[in-house]
Amino acid sequence: MGQIEKTRLFQGNEACVAGAIAAGANFYAGYPITPSTEIAELAARKLPETGGKFIQMEDEIGSMAAVIGASIGGAKSFTATSGPGFSLKQENIGYAMMAEIPCVIVNVQRLGPSTGIATAPAQGDIMQARWGTHGDHPVIAFAPSSVRETFDLTVKAFNLSEKLRQPVFILLDEIVGHMRENIHIPHQDELEIINREKPLPDQPYKPYDEEKEVSPLASFGEGFSYNITGLVHDEYGFPTTDSEKTKKLLSRLQRKIDNHLEEIILTEEFGMDDASLVVVSYGCTARSVRQAVKMARKNGLPVGFFRTATIWPFPYEKISAFADKTKTLLVPEMNMGQIFGEVERAVHGQARVVGLNRFDGEMITPDEILQKILEVI
Amino acid sequence: MWCSGCGNGLVTGSLLRAIENLDIDTSKIAIVSGIGCSSRAAGYLNFQTLHTTHGRALAFATGLKMVRPELTIFVIMGDGDAMAIGGNHFIHASRRNIDLNAIIFNNNIYGMTGGQASPLTPQGEKATTAPYGAERNFDIMKVAVATGATFAARATTYHLPLLDKLIEKGVKNKGFSVVEALTYCPVGYGKLNKKGDATAMLNWYKENSIPVEKCTTVDHEGKITVGIHHHQAAPEFVEEYTRRTQGVKR
Repeated sequence: MGQIEKTRLFQGNEACVAGAIAAGANFYAGYPITPSTEIAELAARKLPETGGKFIQMEDEIGSMAAVIGASIGGAKSFTATSGPGFSLKQENIGYAMMAEIPCVIVNVQRLGPSTGIATAPAQGDIMQARWGTHGDHPVIAFAPSSVRETFDLTVKAFNLSEKLRQPVFILLDEIVGHMRENIHIPHQDELEIINREKPLPDQPYKPYDEEKEVSPLASFGEGFSYNITGLVHDEYGFPTTDSEKTKKLLSRLQRKIDNHLEEIILTEEFGMDDASLVVVSYGCTARSVRQAVKMARKNGLPVGFFRTATIWPFPYEKISAFADKTKTLLVPEMNMGQIFGEVERAVHGQARVVGLNRFDGEMITPDEILQKILEVI
Repeated sequence: MWCSGCGNGLVTGSLLRAIENLDIDTSKIAIVSGIGCSSRAAGYLNFQTLHTTHGRALAFATGLKMVRPELTIFVIMGDGDAMAIGGNHFIHASRRNIDLNAIIFNNNIYGMTGGQASPLTPQGEKATTAPYGAERNFDIMKVAVATGATFAARATTYHLPLLDKLIEKGVKNKGFSVVEALTYCPVGYGKLNKKGDATAMLNWYKENSIPVEKCTTVDHEGKITVGIHHHQAAPEFVEEYTRRTQGVKR
């Protein structure tokens, strides 16, 4: 709209807040924790500029609860935390999944377990994101590798959350969260923004219609009397222990994600056609991998680059599709091998899978990756 | 859901009479509850009802109230829900003076799980997890007043007309209002402590309660003080936040 294109020197955490606001976020509840704190600080300052609200809650559990409460009131709400706080939020995250309340949870990963090293990067919460809350449930989690991608995936996280009535995770890490890059912020009218479907007034309302993949969500205050609970519930939201209804509900929750895999799973690849070795990566580690693969190819080695920006649902099919054409898959990650196991599941014995792991708070360097490539190719 | 003789229906009845008397547009009422016997009341009420996780009802309600300040929100909790697992949210909702109406169904026990001790089980009384006597207990009124609630009142299930009025007055208070409704659990707390049946427990409330206003003039040692314990206006949290941020421009 006649604006000059905005180029900004942003850190990942700042890009996350900019993306959230661009996506329409108007509520944040959180609790300070390194290395995510800039997200809370910026949300506190920026949200009121567009009529949004911020609250620093008394703890991590309460902030997740407030985020869900605000979303039920109609807000687009989000929170940010790191490992210890992500652990504390898990029960209420499960609630949001069961009750199908849209919200976005950012986890700027740091080294664990426990308090670990608060300022050191890690990719150790991959499995916590998948199975941190109890029971069977689908998960959507993105892991950006750059500041610009943090902006884009934050917008996408809100969109999917609204469309599917599903909490969505953004798994940043200390490196991407604190790294500064010069990025172009898209104009608002360049962005596709999705808002949750609302029920029609004066029509019977089923907040959990069995016939629909995703039902419209009435905001409290709009006059639709219905119940929301974390208990297994019927189409009107009232508790039930009926086994048939239980199975239907849990199956539908899974199905609504499974039916949108193409839209959710984002991957990037190069050098795959002749690759006898493919390096599979995500998040900050993908930055070193990109460099290492370029160096290997410059030296004439048939090495491919495959990066997934979507951690969950995991791109099993995409990896399976190239696994039989390669001899080896190398999986560098800043943990003891969390995605490694998923890659093995995808490869299913069609190729050898080798891990390259650091869990000492230091980033994996391009040289280390190149060294490993030379060793295993 | 509730056992025969349970007092929770009486408290829920009071809540409904108070709503009726206040004549609030029902589309502007939300009921938020936690986990436990009393919190199941939400599922019986035809409003916008939100049955949350154990102890977190006030935190859910905080988010809801911030984005929907026009709603009258009742937060239904049990004594364990509000004062044990949810104690942190209670003291901070109270400190903020957010306009929520906390109705605490205090039956002195964890009823749904079968009679374990709560922070409101009177000291020395028995529970399945306190077979030799319970720890020192909280006084909800003292916690509410000390942490900044602007309205704190108590009644028992024997004093239903009073309870109706206290809930109404709590709603009219623009800020954090705490109404402790002493109910009774004949099958849990009552049985373990030989309190008799539901009628006997109600009678016990009748004989052992005293209006809080009389406390200065008569000996009230060991009695339950009923009535308004505290009512003092203070700026409300969401209004304050809105006032502080409304001029903020890009």
